[in-house]
Amino acid sequence: MSDASFVEARRRLEAKDRSRRDKRMPVERAAELVRDGDHIAIGGCLYSRTPWVTLRELLRQRRRDLTLSRNLLCYEGELFMVAGAARGIVTSWAGIGLPWGLSRIVREFVESGRVRFDEWSHLALGLRYRAAAMGVPFLPTLSMLGSDLLARAGARTMTCPFTGERLCLVPALFPDVALLHVHRADPFGNAQIDGYPHMDADLAVAAAAVIVSAEEIVDPEDLRRHADRTIIPFFAVDAVVEAPYGAYPHECYGLYEADLAHIDAYARGVASGGADAARRHLDDYVYGPETFEAYLERFGVGRLLERRRAAQELSR
Amino acid sequence: MTYTASELLAVSAARLLEDRKIVFAGVGTPLLASVLAQTTHAPNLTIVLEGGVIGPEMAPGRLPISTNEMRAARRGVLLPSITQIFLYAQRGFYDYGFLGGAQVDPYGNVNTSFIGPPERPRVRLPGSGGACDIISHCREILIVTTHERRRFVERVDFVTSPGHVDGPDGRRRAGLLFGRVTKVVTNLALMGFDPATARMRLEALQPGVRLEEVREHTGFELPAPADVPHLPPPAERELAILRTLDPERTFLG
Repeated sequence: MSDASFVEARRRLEAKDRSRRDKRMPVERAAELVRDGDHIAIGGCLYSRTPWVTLRELLRQRRRDLTLSRNLLCYEGELFMVAGAARGIVTSWAGIGLPWGLSRIVREFVESGRVRFDEWSHLALGLRYRAAAMGVPFLPTLSMLGSDLLARAGARTMTCPFTGERLCLVPALFPDVALLHVHRADPFGNAQIDGYPHMDADLAVAAAAVIVSAEEIVDPEDLRRHADRTIIPFFAVDAVVEAPYGAYPHECYGLYEADLAHIDAYARGVASGGADAARRHLDDYVYGPETFEAYLERFGVGRLLERRRAAQELSR
Repeated sequence: MTYTASELLAVSAARLLEDRKIVFAGVGTPLLASVLAQTTHAPNLTIVLEGGVIGPEMAPGRLPISTNEMRAARRGVLLPSITQIFLYAQRGFYDYGFLGGAQVDPYGNVNTSFIGPPERPRVRLPGSGGACDIISHCREILIVTTHERRRFVERVDFVTSPGHVDGPDGRRRAGLLFGRVTKVVTNLALMGFDPATARMRLEALQPGVRLEEVREHTGFELPAPADVPHLPPPAERELAILRTLDPERTFLG
């Protein structure tokens, strides 16, 4: 669907139920909005506000042939590759984080041709979501001009009809489903994010369907009192999942810092054990724990609280 | 006095940053250099980070590992979306941008995508991230990297981020109307670009480094002035500041 025209994307949006209704549901049901072969846009950025609660459920339900797009893809991409759930990634960067060097798994799966890696510059990908969010087929930019990314990614150039200058055009990207993790939402899906907005507001209106997981479900009256903080409108949202620590072991701004020790242990495991280490990680953290609560228990209450204290200290 | 290559890179880069300017910095050496500049000669230098923060103030010992985590936002004045942080760049607000890369060619083109042919790469590198955008939009680009022959190549395998492209008119012809790569800082030398050819040329050597050493570690011809000056070594104070910022030596090596 991501390559579909803006006309088709508009029709699809018009056809869906956009009513103000209680959309709270368990993650198991929300995940059913994602079909095999879908293009999934992941909110947050790298190890910030990653919607782990929903990603984990998609892996548990054994979705196949997904294309994942994200501004900077962290190791959630690796797990989808190893699980056989992803056939492609669309991103500006794929790895774990600077200190961990090249991703052995991205290398293995992409170099062997098993997973397609469509690379765009960071702004170009942002503008692709933005164009979709605006309901137009493309946007112009000066990014990627003069680079080999332009032709390889499938961007185009044109001569500006007003100034005669050369421009790069990036096509709108309409994901089938966007997965977003936010600080608070009301039962209808109006959502607020603290700290970095990343690209979530654009993803929410670019996608045909949106699953919002929230640290906290709030009373609509409480949300109205701070309406200036709301950046996702209910009419874009299809499912609301209550999920405290829903981004863990990644960070949720102001609430908990990333569990870097956990990420480091995963990265070291993969650096020495490759895909087998990632498979063990899937068994331990995805397929093993039946519920998200059971998953959090793997990390331990002490660890969760310590990461919360660390975030509070930084917020002072 | 002894120092690591990363410390030398951070000090050399910091000295190039003028006060009252706006710098788009990445994590690691660029951030260390920017904070060092703020602490020494450029107290009014403003840092901008890719994850979406303007004007953060770093806490010593708590440097971020990525530009999109809480630590990077400390005391920032504005947290825009990532798309917006780059649109400010495209609009022309940022004076400096920092870049590193697996391969750099004499025109300052940078590759962070593929080693080998893109259709069948020997190594799939992580990709552009914001590098292509930074080099396209910031007014002055500083490339900061360690100096190795396999890194400094006559032709990059893939242009992720366009420097002067292929000559003095390369950017203009590509449609890149603004900004340019101005300096390349390495652990061996400081380089600039000859305006007549847009090719890299030597400007100064790092302390204790000989010209032949630089040429040995460069995979293309590197013109040099008749009498190449040496850069002053890192001062004790500069090193002390860096070591306070990164006491666990996550980035200082």
